[in-house]
Amino acid sequence: MTIEAPHKPIETTTASPLGEAVPTTRHSFAPSPLNERRWHNFKANRRGYWSLWIFMVLFVTSLLANVIANDKPLMIKYDGHLYWPVLFSYAETTFGGDFETAADYRDPYIQKQIAAKGGTIIWPPIRYSYSTINRDSPTPAPSPPTWWLTEAQCKDIVQQKHLTGCRDLEMNWLGTDANGRDVMARLIYGFRISVLFGLSLTIISSIVGILAGGVQGYFGGWIDLGFQRFIEIWNSIPYLYLLLIISAVLPPGFFVLLGIMALFSWVSLVGLVRAEFLRGRNFEYIQAARALGVSNAVIMIRHLLPNAMVATMTFLPFIVSSSVMTLTALDFLGFGLPPGSPSLGELLSQAKANIQAPWLGFAGFFSLAIMLSLLIFVGEAVRDAFDPRKTFV
Amino acid sequence: MDSINQPLLSVRDLSVAFRQQGRVSVAVDRISFEIKRGECVALVGESGSGKSVSALSVLKLLPYPTASHPSGSIRFKGQELLSLSESQIRGIRGNDISIIFQEPMTSLNPLHMIEAQITEIIQLHHPVSNTVARARALELLRQVGIPEPETRLKSYPHQLSGGQRQRVMIAMALANEPDLLIADEPTTALDVTVQAQILALLAEIRARLGMSLLFITHDLGIVRRIADRVCVMNSGEIVEQGPVEQVFNAPKHPYTRDLLAAEPKPDPAPPRPEQPVVISTDNLKVWFPIKRGILRSTVGHIKAVDGVSLAVRKGETLGVVGESGSGKTTLGLALLRLISSDGRIVFLGNAIQGLKFKQMRPFRRDMQIVFQDPFGSLSPRMSVGEIVAEGLMVHQKHLSREERDARVVKVLEDVGLNPEWRSRYPHEFSGGQRQRISIARAAVLEPSFVVLDEPTSALDMLLQAQMVDLLRELQRKRDLTYLFISHDLRVVASLASHLIVMRQGKVVEEGPASKLFRSPQSDYTRALFAAAFRNEASGDDAVAT
Repeated sequence: MTIEAPHKPIETTTASPLGEAVPTTRHSFAPSPLNERRWHNFKANRRGYWSLWIFMVLFVTSLLANVIANDKPLMIKYDGHLYWPVLFSYAETTFGGDFETAADYRDPYIQKQIAAKGGTIIWPPIRYSYSTINRDSPTPAPSPPTWWLTEAQCKDIVQQKHLTGCRDLEMNWLGTDANGRDVMARLIYGFRISVLFGLSLTIISSIVGILAGGVQGYFGGWIDLGFQRFIEIWNSIPYLYLLLIISAVLPPGFFVLLGIMALFSWVSLVGLVRAEFLRGRNFEYIQAARALGVSNAVIMIRHLLPNAMVATMTFLPFIVSSSVMTLTALDFLGFGLPPGSPSLGELLSQAKANIQAPWLGFAGFFSLAIMLSLLIFVGEAVRDAFDPRKTFV
Repeated sequence: MDSINQPLLSVRDLSVAFRQQGRVSVAVDRISFEIKRGECVALVGESGSGKSVSALSVLKLLPYPTASHPSGSIRFKGQELLSLSESQIRGIRGNDISIIFQEPMTSLNPLHMIEAQITEIIQLHHPVSNTVARARALELLRQVGIPEPETRLKSYPHQLSGGQRQRVMIAMALANEPDLLIADEPTTALDVTVQAQILALLAEIRARLGMSLLFITHDLGIVRRIADRVCVMNSGEIVEQGPVEQVFNAPKHPYTRDLLAAEPKPDPAPPRPEQPVVISTDNLKVWFPIKRGILRSTVGHIKAVDGVSLAVRKGETLGVVGESGSGKTTLGLALLRLISSDGRIVFLGNAIQGLKFKQMRPFRRDMQIVFQDPFGSLSPRMSVGEIVAEGLMVHQKHLSREERDARVVKVLEDVGLNPEWRSRYPHEFSGGQRQRISIARAAVLEPSFVVLDEPTSALDMLLQAQMVDLLRELQRKRDLTYLFISHDLRVVASLASHLIVMRQGKVVEEGPASKLFRSPQSDYTRALFAAAFRNEASGDDAVAT
């Protein structure tokens, strides 16, 4: 039983059902009314909307990690010339040093040389890169956040550097890790690499997954049957073991990991897209397109893909977050990115090894928890936005 | 207080409002009507006129609190229904007032046997033993004319035909001998012959039990046959009510007059034996294999289309009629090579059977199809302009953007749509407008042959007549050849120059429409015509139940 929607029959009049407010012509780049309504639905979910903004701010910030946390100055004015150490590498001799090697700007000697010629150094807000080791650590690494130190703890280093107290020390906002590296800097770089990894993996696996699912669903029959059996076998390969084997042969790096993960993660979308195509290929408007003589490829892209994209879009944020989690888990186990890379998983594994340094665990936990929660909230809002019951009212 | 003059049900100033996303829309606006004991009152109107909503309010079956009643009262035997609590109204539902719905497929629980569903209703209102309830269920099934009621009690809904399911629904509604039966389009989903049988059954039961009937329908033919009084609804208001004779013979309100005049005027394209044959088939077959077992060996075939030969000449309309499942739509799809088939198909002098998809493409421009469902046949993600222009992009690639746009504008004007609407999306249009868009999509290629697959059956009566006029006008203007598939014989009669009657994939009868309508030869055709034009049930075995 259906309850008929209460609307007046509009057939008898020539007025538009939506009144005159609908623009009759639309710029080709303007969003379609459908997408406008989706955007509206997305915004209506306040939590998801703000999560997206916060996530975007964090992501853009982390993309600029090199100018936020770096052991190279942004700019040096020395001897009448401008130098850009973040972008270019300069030899120590440029600044009156002794060696042809790249300048270590954190070295007090180089800083003194530059100051001697009346030069100025503009530093990033955080003067550590992810690999910079703090050699003036007041305590043995891992050292607590500088603002947490007692005067007793930093007495030695304060005296050594002729300072007045702890607060004059260079800040490690979140302390240092077991190797004396700044946790804040590593978090920023680690966030970037995690999100980039998650996004790339999601993009690759959606492209492959949509292609495979689309072909299966549209053509059906033997193609579908064969492909599905293949996927079942493929899915049953334990990828963690394969990862271990491969990482023994290939040096694990960002792209090797991405490649291996992509080999297995594309499967997740296939079922969804296949089902959408399978359902969609019997729609009357698909029949109508076939009756018009539209080719299979065009039907798939123009008519069926948008249907499948709704389901896919809904899943994307969740795939991103699961990719991030996978990378973190691998790093935690030590099978992920090469040693020394800034990674959240490695931070967590250090935290596990150094329970006496709770700032490591807190930093790792909260950054991961916040990132994943934001992604999930965005995902929920996207799901709401694409909900056909809300879109086609 | 139950005097003979007091109406059984009296509805006064009833309004129904729905709140959706903060907006309140009024679906029913201050309607009043009465039903006396033993009387049959029909509520007629187009979809969206509020007739179902009005009927559902009687039993408080609307989705409260989304729905509300700003005004009005509903008195049943002097008792106010609107102020009853949920548990009190439950004592009335199914006991004093019962309801049958349009869709027999979804109104029965597919997981329970018929027996369980009928006895549940009986035992809900009367504490009787299982044996007594079962005996009563058996008696009810006999009353509604189900063959072999003993075995049917143990059947599941999917084992029954649509007509039988509706009979079971009626049996369930009658279980507690209600004083009032509300029938919400009970025959709309059924074939005409079955519809006639159900109507006869309802009339017979009403006479026997002295029950009142509130009959909701959009079909004026049914009203004339079954109702004593009629209320005509439009946009949530009752615009006219009175005895059936009076309303039909001397309608006062202009809307009623429009409705009565809405039957499509018969003015079919004349047969043109001098013209060339556009499309012809020779012994066309569409057999779907039935596969069983692990090895999926073919054990038989469903013969959807079984040896159909036809020929349509230029400018003619071939009407294909038959009940659901007779293979009409399959025939249309097979002609356009949208499903695989066997047998020769000759289109404009070319044998097109067996051509590959790419080889078919040049012919596609000349053969087009319009589907039944105006909601499913347009892509919701493309604007009207894009939908209509799609065929041009395939077949006339040389057209510039402006030329293509000009063609789209022209064809939209031809089908009676405002061309400025072409940047809008299908969901902004009503059913009739969408069907016009479908026709525009087919017509923009200037085809010579169009398959019309029930293009009017999803539309309201007023729109059906408009659509028939439009199709006729396009045919004259563009010299089109139609294959018109429909189960609605009145619409076919208004368009077809030739007719074929199909049953179970085979052609039962064929010939010029004028001759066939005057003197049908086969029993099946006669039964079909009797049901369609006079809502009469045929007693013989010519039709399914």
